[in-house]
Amino acid sequence: MSDARTEILSRIRTALGSSTPEPGTVSTAVPREYRSLGDHAPGAAEVLDLLVDRLEDYKARVHRVTAADLPALLARLLAEVPASSVVVPAGVEGAWLGALADVEVRTDSREAPLSATELDGIDAVVTAARVAVAETGTIVLDGEPDQGRRAVSLVPDVHVCVVRTDQVVQTVPEAVRLLDADPGRPQTWISGPSATSDIELDRVEGVHGPRTLHVALVS
Amino acid sequence: MSTFLGMPATRAGRGPSPDAAPGTLGGVGRPEDPLHWGATFPHAAKAALANEQLRRNLGNATSTIRSKRARVVGEVPDWEALRDAGSAIKTDVMARLPELLEALERNVTARGGVVHWARDAAEANRIVAGIVREKQADEVVKVKSMATQEIGLNEALAEEGIAAVETDLAELIVQLADDMPSHILVPAIHRNRTEIRDIFLERMADAPPDLTDVPHELAMAARAHLRRKFLSAKVAISGANFAVADSGTLAVVESEGNGRMCLTLPETLITVMGIEKLVPTYRDLEVFLQLLPRSSTGERMNPYTSLWTGVTPGDGPQEFHLVLLDNGRTKVLADEAGRSALHCIRCSACLNVCPVYERVGGHAYGSVYPGPIGAILTPQLTGEKSDLPYASTLCGACYQVCPVKIDIPSILVELRAREVELAGSSPDAADRVWKAAMKAASYAMADGARFRRAARLPRALRAISRHGVIRRLPFPGSLWTRSRDLMEPPRQTFRDWWAEREDDR
Ligand code: SF4
Repeated sequence: MSDARTEILSRIRTALGSSTPEPGTVSTAVPREYRSLGDHAPGAAEVLDLLVDRLEDYKARVHRVTAADLPALLARLLAEVPASSVVVPAGVEGAWLGALADVEVRTDSREAPLSATELDGIDAVVTAARVAVAETGTIVLDGEPDQGRRAVSLVPDVHVCVVRTDQVVQTVPEAVRLLDADPGRPQTWISGPSATSDIELDRVEGVHGPRTLHVALVS
Repeated sequence: MSTFLGMPATRAGRGPSPDAAPGTLGGVGRPEDPLHWGATFPHAAKAALANEQLRRNLGNATSTIRSKRARVVGEVPDWEALRDAGSAIKTDVMARLPELLEALERNVTARGGVVHWARDAAEANRIVAGIVREKQADEVVKVKSMATQEIGLNEALAEEGIAAVETDLAELIVQLADDMPSHILVPAIHRNRTEIRDIFLERMADAPPDLTDVPHELAMAARAHLRRKFLSAKVAISGANFAVADSGTLAVVESEGNGRMCLTLPETLITVMGIEKLVPTYRDLEVFLQLLPRSSTGERMNPYTSLWTGVTPGDGPQEFHLVLLDNGRTKVLADEAGRSALHCIRCSACLNVCPVYERVGGHAYGSVYPGPIGAILTPQLTGEKSDLPYASTLCGACYQVCPVKIDIPSILVELRAREVELAGSSPDAADRVWKAAMKAASYAMADGARFRRAARLPRALRAISRHGVIRRLPFPGSLWTRSRDLMEPPRQTFRDWWAEREDDR
């Protein structure tokens, strides 16, 4: 009896019969008539307005600020929680947290990770983002030092995500093209706070992921 | 060529009806074979139709989700182009499956993952149980996954003394009630809020005693119940929505964050995936991540999508196992007419628009894959005789909403034709079979105002038939009468037919 791998591959080849194409050839031309670009450039006013609309529709809270006002905004949002502790990935710009008062700041990295239980005891997390998609209200984190390990943006109950306006594209294909440069990075696509519609299809925001998602859109 | 769409008059039973098995809080109980359980479809359907509560729940749920889907699909100007691309990508995947699987294996291995191959359910279960035992874990957390339901993994692990905890809210409800899912996407669609509260109070030890039936409160009770398990779990088990051959990247699409918890916190992750879940390139995700959420939950994008490639040092599970599952898929692949059933991305849009599903619910199909897709996929996977291809009115709604354009009605017709050929019917028998058919086909709609129009279809068909044979249907039916004739539908209603059939016994 052959091993499972050999047998499954041979079953597939038999199933396909003579229709198996030469390796490396795309057997069917894939029509890609769909939009691969939006109508507006990344960061255009229309794209930003669309992102805000979509994010708010799924109950994320959006704040538009200048870079200079970001530290004050973060301080205000954390005070509102009220958060006594916040975790930030090691690559986050130190200046962002410059206005915090009475908040314990913990740093996390792949080299010096906090345990899941430690993260569970922390009130909020602040991360950067890789790219945002306006049409779907999606923010993508790809695990780089300013976005952190996946657990960091997951376990604390409040996630404040800082997105630069030039990171906002209109369509999904534009974002995928960007992420395609490093497909091996662990990615999390986030569209609003966690939610369930499992009980009579009533949408309930906030199940296991952060129950509050703030997006700081920085120009 | 003539094709008979009839339901053979008598079917072998599939054992006792599992309705309200003891200890299941009104659920159906856990079957031995997740692809083949319960009464035959007509019997199970009859029981389901008599359950007013079930029908109300289903009616509310499917109509809500249908309108949500229609709204967000309507907002995408290039929806049809995305469907064309999705369909073509999947066709390409099936044609190049060996090469793409080998590429996936190579890329996952290069990034520190371990790839296993499983010919059938038993082999997959053995592999998973072996890994869990090696980790000395007696409890694992699970993300909702059709593949692991199909192979009965939870039951197999239980036999080894390993508790598999479902973490998706609906799956948790189903598991606590010792029930079976009734919908691909909303597995507890057959339960209303009060039933869910009762299940939590009875079966969830740490549920607050004053729990009400407000959905938010129920969700918070589940959050508290599962959080401790997430924080301490050593091993997680997931399925996969997509696997990218050229990068080795796996994708899981979800809403609640339980998926992220499972995919991120435990040290070891085991993913069980059907061999058909591939896409060739990372770029192809731009098509499917647009098609899937809008088709399934009617959202522009689901709250969370996780993508990972092998092991990332310092981030997430440090041990990753991928189990590639055949379990009948190569049988489906061998069937040129039915092959496209493997294109399915499990969005469940076809369930939500199906007038038969809406009336009888998922359990009547006796398989973890219910609804229109289940009616073609289940018999193809098992290779057994089945009455499921008759569980349809052939109204074509499933084909219209399918994001990857699987022509379910044509495959149903093909499967029915084979059943009849298998039976070796005489013209007489064939006629009887046919007569049973269209009655069966319209039964679910016999008393439904909403589907009055659809229910008139058989009458409309009679109007265009000549000598009892319909050679050409109006579009879109013309697509399948191009190569086959349709028999004229009967005058008798399903109810009359049913009464007659019961009298004959
Ligand atoms: S057959 Fe099509 S519509 Fe039905 S679940 Fe599969 S992908 Fe969705």
